[in-house]
Amino acid sequence: MKRSPKRPVQQVELLEPQLFAVSEPARPYDARALAPTGAQLPGATREQAVSVESLTTLAKSVLEGAFSPLWIRGEISNFTAHRNGHWYFNLRGATSMIRCVLWSRDQRRIPALPEDGMQVVALGQLTVYAQRGDLQCTVSALDAVGDGLWRKALAESTERLRADGLLEPSRKRPLPRLPRRVAVITSPDGAALHDIIVVMRRRCPTVEIVLVPAKVQGDGAPADLIRAIACVGRWGDVDTVIIGRGGGAREDLWAFNSEAVARALAGCAIPTISAVGHEVDITLCDLVADHRAATPSAAAEAAVPVLADARAEAAAMLLSLRSALVRQVQRRRDRVAHAARDLRSGLERDGERRRARVGAIAGRLNALSPLATLARGYAVARDASGATLGSVEDFAPARDFDLLLRDGVVRATTRSVHPTEGDET
Amino acid sequence: MSYETDLARIEDIVEELEQSEIPLDDALRLFEEGVERLRTAQAALMQAEARVRKLIEDSDGGFSLADFES
Repeated sequence: MKRSPKRPVQQVELLEPQLFAVSEPARPYDARALAPTGAQLPGATREQAVSVESLTTLAKSVLEGAFSPLWIRGEISNFTAHRNGHWYFNLRGATSMIRCVLWSRDQRRIPALPEDGMQVVALGQLTVYAQRGDLQCTVSALDAVGDGLWRKALAESTERLRADGLLEPSRKRPLPRLPRRVAVITSPDGAALHDIIVVMRRRCPTVEIVLVPAKVQGDGAPADLIRAIACVGRWGDVDTVIIGRGGGAREDLWAFNSEAVARALAGCAIPTISAVGHEVDITLCDLVADHRAATPSAAAEAAVPVLADARAEAAAMLLSLRSALVRQVQRRRDRVAHAARDLRSGLERDGERRRARVGAIAGRLNALSPLATLARGYAVARDASGATLGSVEDFAPARDFDLLLRDGVVRATTRSVHPTEGDET
Repeated sequence: MSYETDLARIEDIVEELEQSEIPLDDALRLFEEGVERLRTAQAALMQAEARVRKLIEDSDGGFSLADFES
């Protein structure tokens, strides 16, 4: 039974050397140094029998000395969140199992309750649970393999936000095209603020940037972000709010996955842009904001137009305003011209009608005219005054009269007058 | 939001002028209103370069802006 305290560690080291970069046990078993021969060790003889308490205490001491906290892979089973606040569960391998406890004070860093069957890695200190003599692992950190726990926490929060209607696309408000002022909720010394200032300055330097400093990672970051959002809401003298931070580890971005922060952001009276981390990072804040920008620079691009473009747009609007007015006048002018044309052609048509009518009347008149009779070879006798001489009684011997013919007048003199026989009354 | 409303109104005016035949007096009035609003909107685009500021909440609940050295 003479064993170096290092041996169990070295044995494991052969299997998974990367786990044991620091493998020097902190507390070697002192008793052996004091007792060079087996005979003198406590419990070596019946007379020297040790108490159960001594044994478990010794075992605990040896185990804790031999193993530094290490990451263990396994599957969760029999998970219990005890009402004393601590979590109890087993970590299972294919053929073996170890009991685990996770104290309530260490649960804060774990985003969601683990579930039975979940594959996890746990950072644990191997120890002995003296009351039962069980091998036990005191877990201080735990994560599902493949981000499962973070995803689970996010999924649960997302579901609650959705149930409350906070993810409705209809809630998304348009961003002002040209804000006077943009508030930026972020860390005063982060890369995000720098990027936002650079991009906004380049695009539209006339827009005022107002920093609203907030803690964006670590303990207290969610509460500070909520305070900053509320502060902007009370102030209100701003057109757009950007909230965000630069890229970082998932834990560093986690404040933006806080459901409370997301709810505060959703309640912000001013249109919001969320810009957290890089393109791949999507947080709850991104989901509830009016606009999700992939990066802080993209947020700045969404917040303000390129000044030159906006000026060109305004100039173009003046042009279209002018041409719209010109068209109004043009339409009127066209209409007048059209009316004039109509009138003229109407008049012309009218003239033709008149002419045609005059022609017809003339024709009829002509037909009635005695001249037409003359044309057929008759003659009319008239006196010097032009009165028609229609009866023999109008004639007197030796009196002059005119004979009107088709093509001229014949001066004539009456020789004698002979009324028709039997025509007398 | 005044830039917004100005631009939206100008767009409405342009549309109204283009779509419908309206009395000339009204058309001129609309045009003048459009030009006036455009002048306001353009003024917003011609402002001097703004500084970066920092929001400070005073103890009495009021707010003030301080220059921020970036």
